[in-house]
Amino acid sequence: MENCLECTELTRRFGPVAALDAVSLRIAPGRVVGLLGPNGSGKTTLIKLATGLLTPTAGRIAVCGLAPGKESKALVSYLPDRMCLPEWMSAEELMDYYADFFADFDRAKAADMLARLGLRAEQKVSQMSKGTKEKVQLVLVMSRSAKLYLLDEPIGGVDPATRDYILDTIIRNYSEDAGVVISTHLISDVENVLDDVIFLREGKVAMQASADDMREQYGKSVDAVFREVFKC
Amino acid sequence: MLWHFDNELPIYTQLVSRIKLAIATGELAPGSRMTPVRDLSLEAGVNPNTMQRALQQLEREGLVYSQRGNGRYITEDTAAVARVRDALAAGHVRRYREAMRGLGYSDEEMKALLSCGAEEDEDGKLP
Repeated sequence: MENCLECTELTRRFGPVAALDAVSLRIAPGRVVGLLGPNGSGKTTLIKLATGLLTPTAGRIAVCGLAPGKESKALVSYLPDRMCLPEWMSAEELMDYYADFFADFDRAKAADMLARLGLRAEQKVSQMSKGTKEKVQLVLVMSRSAKLYLLDEPIGGVDPATRDYILDTIIRNYSEDAGVVISTHLISDVENVLDDVIFLREGKVAMQASADDMREQYGKSVDAVFREVFKC
Repeated sequence: MLWHFDNELPIYTQLVSRIKLAIATGELAPGSRMTPVRDLSLEAGVNPNTMQRALQQLEREGLVYSQRGNGRYITEDTAAVARVRDALAAGHVRRYREAMRGLGYSDEEMKALLSCGAEEDEDGKLP
């Protein structure tokens, strides 16, 4: 089957700095991939290139065989690393908004997940706590039947119970037709849900392996291998 | 089922061991239907692919079998279940022996300790 994401010698420069430097990688459908690296290693740049929010300086990137653009955006469900929900909208309006934008949005699924969070339909984003906003944003993103989910720091700055809810939601919505990319530096929190891990360092792929192969080979957790590879 | 993981070992081998333990103790009864992969992976908090891989391993070992379109079942072969239990017991015996040898005990002393271990008082102290 066609790869959900494929990068060939992908480079993105910001002035003199190469945020991504000749990165080549492939993500197959049905895989949950951890995009791991310290701050400034190029995780968000890679995700933004895949969404089409940034354009490459050199090299190629393809989503399900398509260059980032109108068609590819219909296949990608993106969770940005910051809140992007309009504060004045209610939970109900957010669902309308998503249903308008995305043909693959499953409204019933989203409504069910929001109800389980104990949210009232008329509750406005501005009245939600930070953790709730994060959960709502994730629910909307995971309620699409996309081919590629790009989750940029989905567990950054949330409490452990919220983190469990988020990981649970990711597993619950797993589809063998879709790839899931989770970028984070909180590795021990996510490593049990990952198939594969990609370590990014200074814009380059430092290591790429299946999470279980890595544990087997090093006799260590992915988190411990990461600490070794990125030792300061 | 309760799940606990040691992050230094591959998750799928730990899943295999955990399910074997449940089969050996009867927590998962012979012939019973297993929880679907997706629910099982949610319960354990692991990736569905990893759970699938573990179940395939158990299938190859003949401890679970799948019925097309009707889910997975625990084997009805009680002899196979007994073998799993024996293998787990052998593992515990081996680890016990290694640990005790490391403390300088002979096999005779170990036997003596094990038989008086049955008479432990409430605080877990030996007489």
